[in-house]
Amino acid sequence: MQKDSYDSSRRDFLKKLPVAITGSAVALSSCSRQEIDEYLQENFRTLSSAEKKEIISNLEKKYSEKYGKKFIVSAKPAIDNTLFGYALDLSRCIGCRRCVYACVKENNQSRDPQIQWIQVLQMEKDKGIDFMHSDVHYDPELVPEEGYFYVPVSCQQCNNPPCIKVCPTKATWQEEDGIVVVDYDWCIGCRYCQAACPYGARHFNFGQPTVPAEEINPITHYLGNRPRIKGVVEKCTFCIQRVREGKYPSCVEICPVGARKFGNLLDPNSEVRYILKNKRVLVLKAELNTQPKFFYYFGV
Amino acid sequence: MNELNHKKLKIRFIFYSLILLLFYGCAENAPFKDMTYTNVGTGESDSIQNQDIAVSAPIFHEEGIFPCSDCHADMEVNTKRRPLVDMHEEIYKSFNHDRKNLWCLDCHNANNRDYLHLANGKLISFKESEKLCGQCHGDKYRDWRFGVHGKRTGYWNGKKQYMLCVQCHNPHTPHFKKLKPMPPPVREEDLRNQD
Repeated sequence: MQKDSYDSSRRDFLKKLPVAITGSAVALSSCSRQEIDEYLQENFRTLSSAEKKEIISNLEKKYSEKYGKKFIVSAKPAIDNTLFGYALDLSRCIGCRRCVYACVKENNQSRDPQIQWIQVLQMEKDKGIDFMHSDVHYDPELVPEEGYFYVPVSCQQCNNPPCIKVCPTKATWQEEDGIVVVDYDWCIGCRYCQAACPYGARHFNFGQPTVPAEEINPITHYLGNRPRIKGVVEKCTFCIQRVREGKYPSCVEICPVGARKFGNLLDPNSEVRYILKNKRVLVLKAELNTQPKFFYYFGV
Repeated sequence: MNELNHKKLKIRFIFYSLILLLFYGCAENAPFKDMTYTNVGTGESDSIQNQDIAVSAPIFHEEGIFPCSDCHADMEVNTKRRPLVDMHEEIYKSFNHDRKNLWCLDCHNANNRDYLHLANGKLISFKESEKLCGQCHGDKYRDWRFGVHGKRTGYWNGKKQYMLCVQCHNPHTPHFKKLKPMPPPVREEDLRNQD
């Protein structure tokens, strides 16, 4: 009996069809030309430079109006002959979480619901690197605590990234300089990438992200820290808006113990290359063959 | 016979030229060829000399620190190891830099207090104190010169700022003080309890 209530004849369907068509036409006509264009916008990688220019100027206008600040949305491509690498000194990190909050601020991560690209894991020295027994919620009066060490984890910028392989819309890819980026306009929020990432480095906007206007960073990159919307995935980009201008990522600049090092892996004189050559270096979950470009080392 | 050899040679010549051309093309596209960074050091050499140290040495610029000779110039030099009372008592009490073996005049120069001295007696100014630190902490000194020990800010492909040893470490108590951590991430359970 219940089945009948869902049953509709072909005739019924055809009767309703014109109403549906008119309805959607009305709905669409209420959209501005720009909104329709935005809806039908192509993937960032297939846009012509003229299209990019137009989209970006529209975005800058939109964000500037929303936050009452002059926004810059860069689409600067990778610098030639660069492959970015990162090195973090496990023997120095004290787990103070200064990097977490510098990152949130620089990259306009949602304050509520809370999104943090860097997670600092506290681990017991006796157990070594052991994710099962690590604690991200540690909150003592002072750090470092006796008998513990700290492993900050963010996107490992894998050379063989599992996250981009599973994306059904090709909304995420690896750039020439090795940075794995997301096109927020092409992300459909399926969260496959989040499941594929073995480092928990991808974060999903379950709610409408909020950043107070007075705290928003208006210097942005299209593939990085521009304001996001509900339903898209985001992640660390090595501060793409900074490093493509030659600056260090903001976590490197804030670290009070100088545990964070960043540079060009193709430059034999870079700090990162010095570390790879002279220090004891490891990558997380090496057995998965993700080939991270984020290295952990022991400086002492 | 001779003609055949000649032909062979000709073919060989063309073949090798082609290979050479091929490799030349590779060299043109080689990634490192045109990489010229204005400030990057040259390998094993003392790379910091090519870098700008944009941070100024802190001693004598901070409030309350004045040339030591203001007081010491008229005082008699006493090189006997002793607990300091009255003046510098604070430093003496908190001193924690190989306390068993070191004391003031192992680094500070006895006869001219405005200078430090190396182990060999050479006087150095407070502005180059890193050389003094490097005598014992050679591995750190080497890493620091390459920008690996300590903090670098600025541009990864250009001008960088260094911190000098004494800007992070108090030379009398070099070990870092513990810090209050920033708040931990929100727990899902806490959010549920709020509602």
